Amino acid sequence: MGAALGDIATQAEISLKRQEDRKLLVVLSGSWRLASSLPSADEFKKQIDTGQVQRIAFKTDELRDWDSGLLTFLIGVKRLCAEKGIAADLEGLPYGVTRLLKLAAAVPEREGARKKLKKETFLDLIGVKAIVFWRSTVEIVNFLGEASVAFGLLLRGRASFRRSDLVLLLEECGAQALPIVSLISVLVGLILAFVGAIELKMFGAQIYVADVVGIGMVRIMGAIMTGIIMAGRTGAAFAAQIGTMQVNEEIDALQTLGISPMEFLVLPRMVALIVMMPLLCLYADGMGILGGIAVSMGMLDLSLTEYLNRTREAVTMTHLWIGLFHGAVFGVLVAMAGCLRGMQCGRSASAVGEATTSAVVTSIVAIVVATAVITFACELLGI
Amino acid sequence: MTREPIIVVKDLAMGYGDFVVMRDLNFTVNRGDIFVIMGASGCGKSTLLKILIGLIRPLRGKVLYGGTSFWETNPSERERMMSRFGILYQYGALWSSMTLEENIAVPLQRYTKLNPSQIKEIVSLKLSLVGLAGFEDYYPSELSGGMKKRAALARAMAMDPDILFFDEPSSGLDPISGRLLDDLILELRDSLGTTIIVVTHELASIFAIGENSIFLDVDLKTMTASGDPKRLLAESGDPTVRRFLTRGEAGREEK
Repeated sequence: MGAALGDIATQAEISLKRQEDRKLLVVLSGSWRLASSLPSADEFKKQIDTGQVQRIAFKTDELRDWDSGLLTFLIGVKRLCAEKGIAADLEGLPYGVTRLLKLAAAVPEREGARKKLKKETFLDLIGVKAIVFWRSTVEIVNFLGEASVAFGLLLRGRASFRRSDLVLLLEECGAQALPIVSLISVLVGLILAFVGAIELKMFGAQIYVADVVGIGMVRIMGAIMTGIIMAGRTGAAFAAQIGTMQVNEEIDALQTLGISPMEFLVLPRMVALIVMMPLLCLYADGMGILGGIAVSMGMLDLSLTEYLNRTREAVTMTHLWIGLFHGAVFGVLVAMAGCLRGMQCGRSASAVGEATTSAVVTSIVAIVVATAVITFACELLGI
Repeated sequence: MTREPIIVVKDLAMGYGDFVVMRDLNFTVNRGDIFVIMGASGCGKSTLLKILIGLIRPLRGKVLYGGTSFWETNPSERERMMSRFGILYQYGALWSSMTLEENIAVPLQRYTKLNPSQIKEIVSLKLSLVGLAGFEDYYPSELSGGMKKRAALARAMAMDPDILFFDEPSSGLDPISGRLLDDLILELRDSLGTTIIVVTHELASIFAIGENSIFLDVDLKTMTASGDPKRLLAESGDPTVRRFLTRGEAGREEK
């Protein structure tokens, strides 16, 4: 099949010779390899289209070497002959070529196996999307229902999950998130202070940077930034963990033992985030204020005492409770999104990747929507 | 000695949505049988297994365990029936975040009132039975493929189930390990009288342990043969079954 290394490959060539008895001799010469440029079958097709050819034969005395390049050409030639009802005598081909051609034709294409390319109209697309949306909504509602039932069992002390799993998750969601939460919160506090300072300085009101940072972080930004960090960090991890368990049939193994995956897997994750998110928000608030202090003392010549006093006056318990409430809600949303996408995961590696991405996107969208709803509710309540 | 039926499958059809994978499945598994479900890749063997163990609903038909229709009974009764199954999945499906001891302890904690030290002893016994004594504290990732399979078998046997289901037990095992697993399957049946259902296309295993079987034909989408695999090999006139049981040799001889 192959030439010796170092041999100069000669160009693949084909020539066609009409012979008596309406026979066409196909002469193949040179190097018919994938790496070289191969002749097309156009000339051959022209010859057989004339209707004056009843059979073809091959001559390969000058054929130097060959690989799948030759095979592909010959399969195309055979197909053209079959369409025109022309007999093809393969005797003149190398032994290995005839064996491989026979192997390629040995198992005929299974009926119905080939996927039919469906052309979707715009209406089809809308219909499919609507059906997918409806099914997705039903799944989400089912999931919410099952999670609520599991939570009810937890409150009655009848949920079955491992306490050690909960402790590990508390550490993963809480302590291990502190470094990233610190970094992001300090930077957000810095940014808030910086942006506020630019305008307030014009009116000599730079002291109110403490209000901007304090209220901004405590009431909303601490919770949002923590929520987004946890969506990307923890929500994705939950989706990947549970999705991988789906791929490995570990969830099937739980179900066949009568253990509810909702209680065993989802519940501890939800509890861990509900407990840890408000604490992380509190921590983020503190870090954000620290960022504000850095800008105020560094840029605005405010003293630490002035800043802290002003912060204490501006930030009320109402702001704090609203912020912590945001945190708890976001914790539930991130846990639910991560676990839901994990449970919906398909049975392949790419499905785990998709589940992880979807978990992050779903969490972030849910956080933003929840923020809007809570803000609107606070507005209605006048708090 | 006539064994009484433990599983009766009647007019079962299975598939996904409108796509029917298999239909008109009718067979009986007797108590203490080693029953093989065989067929070419993609014929639906694993799908049938998932229906028998309660993971997928059939499109139609019945699965009767001890006379009770599995899919028509209420969920808590179905869960009770499933508690008498032990399942060895194709890749083990050990919970990767737990040690072997914790993996095997889960069904014991769920279904018994044994105290932790009793559970620990039973776990050690189960691991010894599969040749993994001393590996209690190992995580699945620290084991070879064959060891994971054996650990998963120990978990499947934790509750001394009435019926053990094996999904491609020899996959990923070298010939010696596969043979050892076959011997273990025979030992379990002979010692404990456990009924064993094996999904496989491993011929050596089929002939070594199979006493009764069904053959699922992927093209006809139904079962085309049933009985002792050795008898099918000797007597079956179905060319597809013969080709399967002779690893393709029957087809070559005819040519």
